[in-house]
Amino acid sequence: MKILVCVSKTPDTTSKIAFKNANTQFDDAGVQWIINPYDEWFALVRAIEIKEKDPGTIIHLVTVGAADCDPIIRKALALGGDEAFRINADSNDSYYIAAQIAELAKQNQYDLIFTGKEAIDYNSAAIGGMIAELVDLPYISLATQFELNANTATITRELEGGEEIAEVVLPLVVSCQKGIAEQRIPNMRGIMAARTKPLNILEPIAIDTLTSIVNFELPAPKAGCKMVAADNVPELIRLLHEEAKAF
Amino acid sequence: MSVLIVLDQSDNQIKKSAFEILSYGSQIAAQMGISAEALVMGTVHDDLAALGKYGVTKVHQVNNETLNHVDGQLYAKTIEAVVSLTSATVIVFSQTHTGKSVASRVAARLKAGFVAGAAGLPNTDNGFIIRKTVFSGKAFANISIHTTIKVIALNPNSVTTLLTNGTATVNQLNLTVDSSKIKITAVNKITGEIPLTEADIVVSGGRGLKGPENWGVLLDLAKVLGAATACSRPVGDAHWRPHHEHVGQTGVQVAPNLYIALGISGAIQHLAGVNRSKIMVVINKDPEAPFFKAADYGIVGDLFEIVPQMTAEIKKLKGEKSI
Repeated sequence: MKILVCVSKTPDTTSKIAFKNANTQFDDAGVQWIINPYDEWFALVRAIEIKEKDPGTIIHLVTVGAADCDPIIRKALALGGDEAFRINADSNDSYYIAAQIAELAKQNQYDLIFTGKEAIDYNSAAIGGMIAELVDLPYISLATQFELNANTATITRELEGGEEIAEVVLPLVVSCQKGIAEQRIPNMRGIMAARTKPLNILEPIAIDTLTSIVNFELPAPKAGCKMVAADNVPELIRLLHEEAKAF
Repeated sequence: MSVLIVLDQSDNQIKKSAFEILSYGSQIAAQMGISAEALVMGTVHDDLAALGKYGVTKVHQVNNETLNHVDGQLYAKTIEAVVSLTSATVIVFSQTHTGKSVASRVAARLKAGFVAGAAGLPNTDNGFIIRKTVFSGKAFANISIHTTIKVIALNPNSVTTLLTNGTATVNQLNLTVDSSKIKITAVNKITGEIPLTEADIVVSGGRGLKGPENWGVLLDLAKVLGAATACSRPVGDAHWRPHHEHVGQTGVQVAPNLYIALGISGAIQHLAGVNRSKIMVVINKDPEAPFFKAADYGIVGDLFEIVPQMTAEIKKLKGEKSI
């Protein structure tokens, strides 16, 4: 079994979001970088669980980014990947990123490609579907359970107001979310082992960038919270009904 | 040239999110001076001609049972065929579960620039620039799409649905659809509840409710409002409520008209899942709870005293209206 896990570097979930250079760039001053939680907690850990059951499994990690991604990919290796690939390109265009990963996937013929359900910075939830299309594989998004029986995966995916259970013969692409696995913390043995695991730097292939960021905006500040006294509940309901027209 | 609006369906019904994008896509079409056409894949029992009231002039249907379940691979091929038939230059999806598994595939297949999580109408004065939410709703980015064909997935509850007097012509398309590689073995719908992501009103509870046995006050309020129920992450993790109710950065992201938070402090990760709500109301006994900074209305006090009064007041209000 060969699994590719796609990981992305994102700001920590508690980061204050600010921009610089006339709001054209994310201001990373003081920002702590993490592995995108969906990639780490769910996609990577589920891949590690598969390897624990079937030790012949090989887990490759891939990220598309500059050298500042190396710490997070080392951390991912400490959790349990076998070998990592960093495609040395800085891009915010989903197609560009997906096409780079698809190129690696074509060369290595993975049985499974896992992504997180979305990255918490650009929230597009696009990479998994794009990779699947570019390598012409089935894609199951928003998986909450994943079981493997020989060459067939049984996957529970979330729907609006329910869930659907699907069987798919490998290879396939899956985007992972809560439920599929439980978050782990790297142990000392893993951290030591990660130092000697290969981290390959690949140069990107020539791909068109189809979109670009013009600038960023912060939401307009709220007018402030209108406080109602605890003994005046009817006033709250009146405001919600008449002023906010919320019901 | 046209704007092609791809509609979600399930259980042979067009989904609520589809009405918003019908209007949204029609507004884009009007802005660009091109036609607005919709695509329905699979079997639906809705009156498709009536969708004209949202502004589309044509509704194409590929009435093939294989398409009743979402398979992005088959959907992408089908949509590609319809795009070429309609000369579509803008393809609109809703950023729902279906949108998330299909729109990205379509964009890659057509090598079209893709913006997922769009927050409003594009600026087409000079190029094609569209605003989307980033950093889990903490900011927006304006994205320029460079390709001739553009694929957009709109965040639900982002634009006002406008109605017209129009009706649409319905065009049945006979397209070959391959067999699906995804075999659906079960569909488990949550019955008797309003799906969180489709709800106009959400009532959500946190640790302030102190235990699962106390959820009655919240459920009563939700019932009288016709609201969906949700919870914070600690509540989901403690199994006080089912996981699918967890809203927040790592749970479900919601954008209802009204979000009522009971006993939730408002950690930044929780706000990331709810900050696109139009109106937020917070009931919390801690005046320092960060949620008050993000909310529109708030009461500092004991939710076990306040919430039953809210329920009673709303009952009164609704009772009066129905007379």
